[in-house]
This record gives sequence, C-alpha cells and structure tokens, in this order.
Amino acid sequence: MKKILSKISLGEYIFIVLFGLVLVISRAFHLSFVSPIARSFWMFFAEMVTFLPLMFILIGIIDVWAPKEKVERHIGKGSGFKGILWMIMLAMFQAGPLYGAFPVTYLLWKKGCSIRNIFIYLGAFSTMKLPMLTFEIGFLGLKFSLLRTLFTLPVFIVISLIMEKYLHKKHFEIKQP
Amino acid sequence: MNFLIIVTVSVVLISFFLDREKTFTGLKKGLGMFVNILPELLNILILVSVVLYLIPQSMLIRWLGRDSGMTGISIAALTGSISLIPGFIAYPLAAILLKSGVSYGVLAVFITTLMMVGIVTLPLEAKYYGLKTALLRNGLSFLGALIIGILVGVFM
Repeated sequence: MKKILSKISLGEYIFIVLFGLVLVISRAFHLSFVSPIARSFWMFFAEMVTFLPLMFILIGIIDVWAPKEKVERHIGKGSGFKGILWMIMLAMFQAGPLYGAFPVTYLLWKKGCSIRNIFIYLGAFSTMKLPMLTFEIGFLGLKFSLLRTLFTLPVFIVISLIMEKYLHKKHFEIKQP
Repeated sequence: MNFLIIVTVSVVLISFFLDREKTFTGLKKGLGMFVNILPELLNILILVSVVLYLIPQSMLIRWLGRDSGMTGISIAALTGSISLIPGFIAYPLAAILLKSGVSYGVLAVFITTLMMVGIVTLPLEAKYYGLKTALLRNGLSFLGALIIGILVGVFM
C-alpha cells in the first residue's frame, strides 16, 4: 500500500487516475465519445490481467530453475561452435533491457571472452532471452516466435563475425564508464 | 489461453513437487515483476485505447496493414529503433495492434528493431565500446532487423 501511495506521488499513476476521473465524469454527463475508448480499454485490460500473471509466474519458475552457475562455468572454455552455444545459453537466462547487458560484457571481456563471443552475447541477449520468448509465444504465437528466432540466429552470428573481422586489427577494448 | 493455463499449472506443480522453497521464490519473483510493470502497462493500455479511437481502423490498415509495403516497414523500423519499450510492454501492445489490423511483417520489424537497435542508448553504448563500434553494431543490427522482419512477414 505504502509503495503504491509513493508511486502515485511519483506520477506513475497520474494518467490512470485522470483516466478514471474522465470515465466517472463521462458517465455523469453522458459524454458518448468516451464509451468506445472505455470499452476497448476494459477489453484490453481483461485480457492482460488474465494472461500476464500466468506468464510472469512461468517466468519466475523458469528463473529459479535455470542452471545459471553451470552455464557460467563453461564460459570462455571451448571455442568455435561450442563457445557460441554456451554464450547463447548464458544470454538466454538473463532478463532486462539491452543496456543492462553492457556492464556484463565488460566483465566477460575482463575474463578473456573473445570479440566474437561478446557480440554473440549481445545478439542473443537482445533477441533470445527466455522471459521475452515466453511473452512472444504467448502474445504473437509459437509460429511467429519460431520463425523470428530462426531468422535472428544466423543474423546475429553474421553480425558478430563482421564485428570481429572489423575490430580484429584495431585496439578494441571495453571500458567501464 | 488454455494452453498457457495448462503449461503454467503443470510447471508450477512439477516445480512444487521437486522443491517447495524454490517454487515459492519463483512465484514471488514472477508476481513481483507483474506488480512492478502494472502502472506502466495500465498507462500504455489507456494510451492505446485513446490512440486507436482517434485513428480510424481503415487508416491503420492502410499504413501498417498487410498491403502497406515499404511504408509500413519504414514506420515500424523507425519507431522500433527510436523507442525504448521493455518486452513486457511491447508484446501485449503488439498483440493489440495485430487485432486492430496491423500485419505480422510490420510487427516483426517493429519488434526486432526495438530489441536490437537502440538510438536512445547509443551514447551509453559508445562509452563501453567506442562510438565507431557502437554505430557499426547498431547499423548492422538495423539491416539485420529489416531482413528478419521482412522474412517473418513473408512466412507468416
């Protein structure tokens, strides 16, 4: 409750409160243009409150069972195809926005991760995180998600190879700002 | 929907039999995430309800529908590259747009550019990798995202 109150004061709920007020006022004064907006809002809302908690529960359970330590132990070992595979696995178990991955690549770089694998990690992180795939399958369907992942995989591997080729002879380093 | 219920319930049950404590941690974590995104989600739902009311569906279909061609793809690529929307919000939004007549191809371009290209975060990225590297990664990702989006659109 306290958290919610503090959020209202922070302005996160300001539109929601305003919208609620508009709904009440439009009811009282019979403003008909609001009702289609309200109707679509409730339709979207009903769908989201049934879908989302289930998805988030699934994501939470996947998160606690994901063998993160086991994957982390394999990072840096094994080059070539195997190295790429471990990098992708590591990225899939993460969550959050892309800029959250930058500090992680700094640590990977310090540990001796190759240029190619750094960009493989960024590619997989941005497109193949498990929580994201859960949402994608739930909202846009398994076919969409499979196709998207299937086409994305070679694309970010090629991007990583190009980045490696380009940065190979330059003095590339990752800095922690 | 039913599929999601079945999967979630069975995963939770299996997890519960294997390890009660872990399951509770997972449940708490998941529901905590849901509560965290709730205000942002409600804001987006309000915004979308208002915007979809203001923009007639025929116009939405003309600009972003199945036959919108390069126009739809360009709009999707630009919005996707510029905006910074978390996946938890982007996917519900995409599902609503899909029902309103936006094509799979346009949505795929939007989603992939959103995920792989970050114009707003470019300065931050440049601090880690250098400006040239950051520009190159974003440029290549932009091209890649276009290819992925167009291919998904063709096969859906």
